[in-house]
Amino acid sequence: MVESTNACGIIAMKIPAFRVALIATASFLPLSLLLLIVFLVLYSWPAIQFNQFDFLWTNDWNLGNLYGNPVSVHGQQIMPGARYGIWFLVVGTIVSSVLAMLIAMPIAIGSAYFLSEGVRKSWAGPLSLFVDLLAAVPSVVYGLWGYALLVPLFGQTIFPFMVKTFSFVPFLNGSAGSGYGLLTAAFVLAVMIIPLISATLREAIQMTEPALKEAGLSLGLNRLEVFWHITLPKLKTVLIGVGILALGRALGETMAVLMVSGNALNYLPNNIYAPISTMAAFIASQLDSALQDPTNMAVEALSEIALVLLLITIVVNITARLMLWMERIR
Amino acid sequence: MDGADTLMATKALDDTLVTVDKVTRRFRISLWRRLMTVMAWIFVVSSFVFLAAMFLSIVGDVLVHAWPALNLKLLTDITNGIGGGLKNAIEGSIIMSLGALLLAAPIGISAGIYLSEHGQGGAGKILRFLSDVLVGVPSIVLGYVGYITMVIYLGWQFSVAAGVITLTVMLLPYIARSTELALGNIPLAVREAGYGLGAGEGRVALQILLPGAAPAIMTGLFYAVALSMGETAPLLYTAGWSNYMWTGHLTKEPIGYLTYVIWTFINEPFAESHMLAFAAAFLITAGVLILILLGRWFLVRGQRRTGAYQS
Repeated sequence: MVESTNACGIIAMKIPAFRVALIATASFLPLSLLLLIVFLVLYSWPAIQFNQFDFLWTNDWNLGNLYGNPVSVHGQQIMPGARYGIWFLVVGTIVSSVLAMLIAMPIAIGSAYFLSEGVRKSWAGPLSLFVDLLAAVPSVVYGLWGYALLVPLFGQTIFPFMVKTFSFVPFLNGSAGSGYGLLTAAFVLAVMIIPLISATLREAIQMTEPALKEAGLSLGLNRLEVFWHITLPKLKTVLIGVGILALGRALGETMAVLMVSGNALNYLPNNIYAPISTMAAFIASQLDSALQDPTNMAVEALSEIALVLLLITIVVNITARLMLWMERIR
Repeated sequence: MDGADTLMATKALDDTLVTVDKVTRRFRISLWRRLMTVMAWIFVVSSFVFLAAMFLSIVGDVLVHAWPALNLKLLTDITNGIGGGLKNAIEGSIIMSLGALLLAAPIGISAGIYLSEHGQGGAGKILRFLSDVLVGVPSIVLGYVGYITMVIYLGWQFSVAAGVITLTVMLLPYIARSTELALGNIPLAVREAGYGLGAGEGRVALQILLPGAAPAIMTGLFYAVALSMGETAPLLYTAGWSNYMWTGHLTKEPIGYLTYVIWTFINEPFAESHMLAFAAAFLITAGVLILILLGRWFLVRGQRRTGAYQS
């Protein structure tokens, strides 16, 4: 009798303790997201005050004369002549990601159809391993592959050929460049995000009601026509949602872009072969030189770039997740 | 009479049938539709072939370039400025992945338990949403925040602790979501059976649900380790780089890792450095792919051995 009350007592004590512990650990996740934003805002506050809003749409990243004496502008100590404008990064980031999306979307849809309905089930498992493993390849290895294989191939063979063939199309003509540039970066990004889109899409295709497909088949459509006219329109929201999600991934990709984009500075691409740089790659490559600035404003400006990038990806991700949630896809 | 009538009737019927058959033409699929179908098939197959070719090309490219550099020296020597072995980098990669796993697994799994068992309300929904958003935060941003907080503000300098904590933040949402999915596949009846026997909430979660979902959770952990092994951007400004073996200090001592070798040594002008970069890429790719395959195998084997819950 005594024992059982004891046991009950312990259990009654335990339940809230266990749940409180769960809540405490689970709150690490939102907390870390919040802290990321807070720390970045706090650290880049001097840079935000100095740069005002011109930061985003001026095209002028210049650390100033690092050997001069710091001067005071807007109440902030900076090196003489220093200006921080990242319009070229904004353009490079958005254009390369959108281009990657344009390349990736059709191929992802095609391969998702192939693996979910195109081949028999017993083959789909092993074959889908290609796509799943492609998603697991580290981004720096993608960069190495791009650097060692794609850049020479594109720069010497494919880009000159494209320039010649499409000489009448704007943005596809002009100088073929060296192989480092917008299209190479977009291609590598596309190969990185295709598995992401394809996997979610495959799951969504398998979740569509069979009755819909059967209705289409009974009207005399073949399987591809059923997919094109019935399944795909049904999955429109999923498609847009997962597309935006992949866009977020492409926007924040660092190492692969860093190794193939040509790392342009204060330069706006005039065709799709021109070198670019993205926010993420710029942060990774510029910290060393930013540390040379004795006023620390350059490091704070980099942190402002990180803040802008974080806010963009958060907005993009929230949009994508809301769309996917409406369709009950994970 | 009757017989002749029937015969005539049959004949007449036959005639009408034949005429009907002659009048209605067979339904023909237009040339345009057939052409589009064939084109679509070619596109679908070639898009998969494209992906498979990309995968084989990445693996093949790395393997071909790394092949001459693969020898025992990689495992026994440390790196110097432009060449040498990879002993320190291999050690560093393993230390940081395992360290991040040790920190992230308990927090991530209990967050996953919370999401799965109590996550139906508003708080759970918000938590799930925010952890999904956290997955999308670019890893370089995590690295930069790690740099300004731990490396500069706390004065840890480039160190193991800063690298491991940055990786932990990156892994948390993955582990939480994979745990939640694994637990979500266990039917409600199993929980009810546990509570019916008088087990408390903690006991049901820890001794009934976790063992049942263990294979799937382990697969999630394997994925997480693979992910952390392949990361570069969050470590660049938190872990730094060192040519020497780690001496065991958590702070104020930088550490080497394989992915750093790839992106720095490929920029050196020496053939030896390039070979080392490819060797590092080979090791990291092989490690990641093996971990993923092991995770899958573990899942299949675990479910075969203990039986999977049918949801």
